[in-house]
Amino acid sequence: MASSPRAAIVGVAESDLGRTPDKTVLQLQAQAAKAALDDAGLQFSDVDALFCAGNWAWSPNLMLAEYLGIRPRYSDATNIGGSSFEAHIQHAVAAIEAGLCDVALITYGSTQRSDRSRYRGGRTFRLTEQYEGYFGLPTPVGAYALAAMRHMYEFGTTSEQLAEVAVATRKWATLNEKAMMRDPITIEDVLNSRWIAEPLHLLDCCLVTDGGGAVVVTSADRARHTRKAPVWILGYGVAHTHNTIANMPDLAVHQAAIDSSRAAFAMAGLTPAAMDVVEIYDSFTITVILTLEALGFCGRGEGGAFVSGQRTAPGGPFPMNTNGGGLSYCHPGMYGIFLLIEATRQLRGECGQRQVPNARLALAHGTGGVLSSAATVILGKD
Amino acid sequence: MPEQIPSAPFEGDGDSRPFWEGIARGELRIQHCASCGHHVFYPRALCPYCHSDQLAWVVASGKGSIYSYTVAHQAPAGEIPFVIALVELEEGVRMMTRILGASRERIEIGAPVRLSIESLADGPALPYFRLAE
Repeated sequence: MASSPRAAIVGVAESDLGRTPDKTVLQLQAQAAKAALDDAGLQFSDVDALFCAGNWAWSPNLMLAEYLGIRPRYSDATNIGGSSFEAHIQHAVAAIEAGLCDVALITYGSTQRSDRSRYRGGRTFRLTEQYEGYFGLPTPVGAYALAAMRHMYEFGTTSEQLAEVAVATRKWATLNEKAMMRDPITIEDVLNSRWIAEPLHLLDCCLVTDGGGAVVVTSADRARHTRKAPVWILGYGVAHTHNTIANMPDLAVHQAAIDSSRAAFAMAGLTPAAMDVVEIYDSFTITVILTLEALGFCGRGEGGAFVSGQRTAPGGPFPMNTNGGGLSYCHPGMYGIFLLIEATRQLRGECGQRQVPNARLALAHGTGGVLSSAATVILGKD
Repeated sequence: MPEQIPSAPFEGDGDSRPFWEGIARGELRIQHCASCGHHVFYPRALCPYCHSDQLAWVVASGKGSIYSYTVAHQAPAGEIPFVIALVELEEGVRMMTRILGASRERIEIGAPVRLSIESLADGPALPYFRLAE
């Protein structure tokens, strides 16, 4: 270990997931925050920092803090897409280390499934959106399809290899009672599902669900006195490279994830091979393949071969996305907070039939936008 | 394949007005950095490579090749499917577009394409591309 950890995750929880038509985005976050604080043995009155990434108000933090009845002395609304919550870990640890706060509450919630807000037709395109929006690319799936097509062209990656990810992830979901999609699927099922944006089929795509989550982070000193064993934050890194897909430096290389993971591994003094369980943002199957290459679990262009033969499925040599992932468990618009929740539970040994035996080191990696941003967090237990 | 653009026309802003005026006149305008020599698209106030503000408008040749593409079977509005591509212009910049008038089988990465500024289904004039013969 590079240095002794300065902070830990001490509480995690989801809200109701799936379809929650009677709940608002504020209710979901209140539910998750209360459960995560209970998990930590802490109170709302202990919270002195709030981290959100959302679009439920012009200032999501102001609305949520008032609703929850908390008065933060540190507030962070960093939104770099689905990886925001891994980035919040970076910011929370830095703030704790600087003495600016002691108990950080990170929350997320979305009712996008009930709102049916995934696609908004007839809008005008502002600022840098104007050069892409009019062509009608379905977003974000179309951008990931462009990356997948390029990866296939450069490296010979196949639709079957992409499907391996969806099939293995579904196997994990069958072991998670909270997962939305729990019926086993085959490679053929993925290939026979309808096209969304070639080369991505429906079953290459994450779910569209409601849901929320919360994570509580506190200082190393305080973490030793919370309800459960601390999950230490050993390393983290954040990077973003572009916003519009046309400006991604190389569509076959997830450069932001290369940069964020290098920083995280260096800080932790660890290598990819040391990880016992990995939770990787799976907005689409191609996202996982690009990320595995970027994080150094395999070489560039080798992601398709790496996931083949169900190597990431339960019982396989590389346990990945053990809750069923965004592909099969839940995906309320931004998924990053659920990566942290599952990694924490795996290290605590709380995962029942999907528990990875003897997991001591875990990696959570978020990807946001259109392969735009990345944030990597490495966690460990005593 | 059906091809239809759903949206209102756009007049441009402080960065893009010369670009959209060019489109209205049938030419694709991009920027060129006098300091580092890179071409730049989309238009902006500073060169993203050297951060010089010496960016001048030039008319692109309209020749390029397909860097990547997808066939969209789902879209915010309009008819599906249609081909969306990232085209790399010979000036070295990449832009999003649609590839018009080609059968699915003929579209591949690396295929040479040529600019075709058109208005589809009452939509705004936009810089589309067609396969170069």
